[in-house]
Amino acid sequence: MAVSLREYRARIRSVESTKKITRAMELIAASRIIKAQQRAQAAAPYARELTRAVSAVATFSNVDHPLTEETTESNRAAVLIVTSDRGLAGAYSSSVIKEAERLMEKLRGEGKEVAVYISGRKGVAYFSFRKREIVQSWTGHSDQPTYDVAREMSDTLIEQFLTEETGVDEVHVVYSRFKSMLVQEPTAVRLLPLEIVEGEERPSEEELLPLYEFEPSPAEVLDALLPKYVTSRIYFALLQAAASELAARQRAMKSATDNATELIKKYTRIANQARQAGITQEISEIVGGVNALADANAGHE
Amino acid sequence: MADSTMQVELVAADRLVWSGEATMVIARTTEGDVGILPNHAPVLSVMVDGIVDVRTADDETWVAAVDAGFLSVAGNRISILSEHAEMSHEIDLERARHDLERAQAAGEDGDEAAEAAARAWAEARIRAAESRS
Repeated sequence: MAVSLREYRARIRSVESTKKITRAMELIAASRIIKAQQRAQAAAPYARELTRAVSAVATFSNVDHPLTEETTESNRAAVLIVTSDRGLAGAYSSSVIKEAERLMEKLRGEGKEVAVYISGRKGVAYFSFRKREIVQSWTGHSDQPTYDVAREMSDTLIEQFLTEETGVDEVHVVYSRFKSMLVQEPTAVRLLPLEIVEGEERPSEEELLPLYEFEPSPAEVLDALLPKYVTSRIYFALLQAAASELAARQRAMKSATDNATELIKKYTRIANQARQAGITQEISEIVGGVNALADANAGHE
Repeated sequence: MADSTMQVELVAADRLVWSGEATMVIARTTEGDVGILPNHAPVLSVMVDGIVDVRTADDETWVAAVDAGFLSVAGNRISILSEHAEMSHEIDLERARHDLERAQAAGEDGDEAAEAAARAWAEARIRAAESRS
């Protein structure tokens, strides 16, 4: 009995220290999430202006651009999967990967080969464990993405898209969209060929676009704008994914902390019960002993 | 006042760098330097790495280094978009010089496109930082 009481106490202590860790992680994630949201907000003006400019060029000039053209030469599609670098974020990475698998299944169903590009260590681990091919991966920035990383990704993907024969026809991005602290939704979007009309924040209908002059020429302006537009879309996806990752981690750590509290409560009760049982047994042994002694003495007299 | 100034927004990819009222903006486009005054006709033009000069309504001058981006003017509002942008007082001159040296060193190893981009950005920053004195 005494052994198991000690065992329970040791278990309570270990759960308590785990709880301290998960609680700390929860608080860290909560404070970082605010920063991530601020970053997403800070990036919004650029994305908004860029979308406006691109839709202005697209509206006022009928320029065909390689990035907006539907091609079918190579029958290959690229998928960029945005996952996290670190675990302990609940189902965050696996739900993105599941969504990506669904998309890849669909693409394969259409008879396309799929080239996988990955951001984040968890995705890389998933694919390399299954010995599946990764064309290129970027890691080490999942909770604080920078614009330069986004540009590296978009440069690579655009180059692949523009290469005929060996390149790809379509580029898709799978990431977690941050809807609220409680809801993050794995989303798959087609990045290339571009559909310019679908902006994140479309200018309102009354706000008519002015008749721009283009310097040096509409085609050249479009040439300069579109790659930036693609980069900005990828950056947007990375920022959303970062916020989602932190939100998922905060939630996972919160439920871990709650579970630890429950466990501690349960173990404390069992330990108390064991201690009480021990005391009761001792008392009954003593009482029994005294009675037995009294009976024995009574027999003598 | 509404007619003698315009709303300026200098936006980098990850933040709003500067915004306010101004009487003139000078920027370097692929066609050469342009000065934009209030009530300019709508224009969209491509910029190269360089410095942007903003004269505010109180006759102050703000200088910023920008890398390749573009500017759009519409409805007495001018937006300057650039992937990286730094106001002259934020620039670390030492680091910019260091970056320039490193870019030149990298250029000798053969990666010319990267060298040109890095050098242009470093030079723009140095020019902007030196103009503040």
